[in-house]
Amino acid sequence: MSRTLIAAHGLAAGYAPDAPVLTGVDFEVRAGERVAVLGPNGGGKTTLLRTLSGDLRPLAGTLRVEGRIAVVPQTERSRLDFPVSALDVALMGSLSTLPWWRRPGRSVRRRAREALAAVGLSDHADRTFGDLSGGQRQRVLVARALVQDAPVLLLDEPYVGLDAPSAAQLDGLLARLASDGRALLIATHDVEQARGWERVLCLNRRQIAFGSPGEALTAQVLKATYGAELVEVAGGGLLVPPHHHHDHD
Amino acid sequence: MLTAIGSFLLDPWEQAIDRRALLELTLVGVTAAALGCWVLFYRLPFAAESLSHALLPGLAVAALAGFPLVLGGAAGLVVAALAIAAAGRAPRVDRDVAVAVAVTGMLGIGALLALAPETPPGLSELLFGDVLGVTDGELALTVAVAALVLVALALLHRPLLAVGFDRRAARALGVSATAVDAALLLLLAATLLIGVQALGNLLVVAVLVGPAAAARELTSRMAPMMALAAVLAAVGAVVGLAVSYHLETAAGASVALTYVAIYALARLAAWRR
Repeated sequence: MSRTLIAAHGLAAGYAPDAPVLTGVDFEVRAGERVAVLGPNGGGKTTLLRTLSGDLRPLAGTLRVEGRIAVVPQTERSRLDFPVSALDVALMGSLSTLPWWRRPGRSVRRRAREALAAVGLSDHADRTFGDLSGGQRQRVLVARALVQDAPVLLLDEPYVGLDAPSAAQLDGLLARLASDGRALLIATHDVEQARGWERVLCLNRRQIAFGSPGEALTAQVLKATYGAELVEVAGGGLLVPPHHHHDHD
Repeated sequence: MLTAIGSFLLDPWEQAIDRRALLELTLVGVTAAALGCWVLFYRLPFAAESLSHALLPGLAVAALAGFPLVLGGAAGLVVAALAIAAAGRAPRVDRDVAVAVAVTGMLGIGALLALAPETPPGLSELLFGDVLGVTDGELALTVAVAALVLVALALLHRPLLAVGFDRRAARALGVSATAVDAALLLLLAATLLIGVQALGNLLVVAVLVGPAAAARELTSRMAPMMALAAVLAAVGAVVGLAVSYHLETAAGASVALTYVAIYALARLAAWRR
């Protein structure tokens, strides 16, 4: 059986000790798994990712993470006017492995170029980050995570703002990263997409469910996760209204 | 035509006092311009202006007590930073309003002290600097601080870039955004200290923001931007002092206005492209 990379037990997370945003979180993630983190806006997805990355301290419970963690934030959160190339951004990943005061040498630069090639952007290394499309920016941030050489990747709504071809490209990339033995936690609104991944974690200020998509994605769980946001469609099916993803850039 | 420009730019340096002023301003300019690029991208111009204005009481007290101005400036910076930090946390008051009130208050106290009959140098020297009256000791301090700031900027380049680009991911990359912010503010304080003695505490922001903002219009990568800003700062020092020599205008103000003109030209050039 593959290695457990993240283990959270009785975890509570939030910004103030007396007002946790998220409580009762219990899950384990193994190498090679893609975990969809589902939930409404304000349900605690981002808070969980920030806690896993070490940005926030757990308010209660235990959290064990094996090895390094890389964060792939929403690209709108990074500065689009910042004077950096795609290669500069990928090179930032080397801060995890090379002391901060050292200049990246030839081997580190080669690794950054290889990471850009792995996400299909070898031709864009010298382009300004802010000039790239949303999908390309997302992949540059994945390349930065690859340079970090982290076994765990946290992706915050990576599909927001991507057109269909870019989303398909990202799908393929994430599948490849998982099959290489990495664990991926992906915050998303897309329940249908989550059905194709290995694990699903449903949050709505507390953990509603965790398991394989088959076990976890029941009508009951979706109701508890999305509450009033859920739309009942003709024939008794349930639909989570799309948020912003698969729009054009 | 060329000889006219040549003599306009070369004539002013016959006197040792003018050559020292040029050396002082070039060192301050190169340092402030390189740092200024980070000040712009960390959105700190207002902090820089606030700090430089609020350190006036320190300078005035030093002048009154007969201490070296640089000591007063350093103490003034610490008090100013604490006052601004405290004002920024004032409950139920908008942050900018609280900081503006605190800074204006400090500037007022400083002016009051500087205008006291017991204070030896005039207020204008503190407010607008006295680049032509720079002493050997002040020049030596400028050399030391400039070297320190430039070496620190070279060492901190990667963390500064990573935190400025994406503060949220910094922790996962193994960088403390708080430590990087603190380091940048320390470098800013050190640069203000040498900048104030050359340009005074009202004009020092011009050299911090002008060349960097101009370089930002013309380049799209951080390292070239810093290099270009440093060159523009040195050019501005030469042109500004030459203008001041020929037109017999105040040295600091002429240099500050030259930086503004350089920014306007860069903006125009970027707009025409």
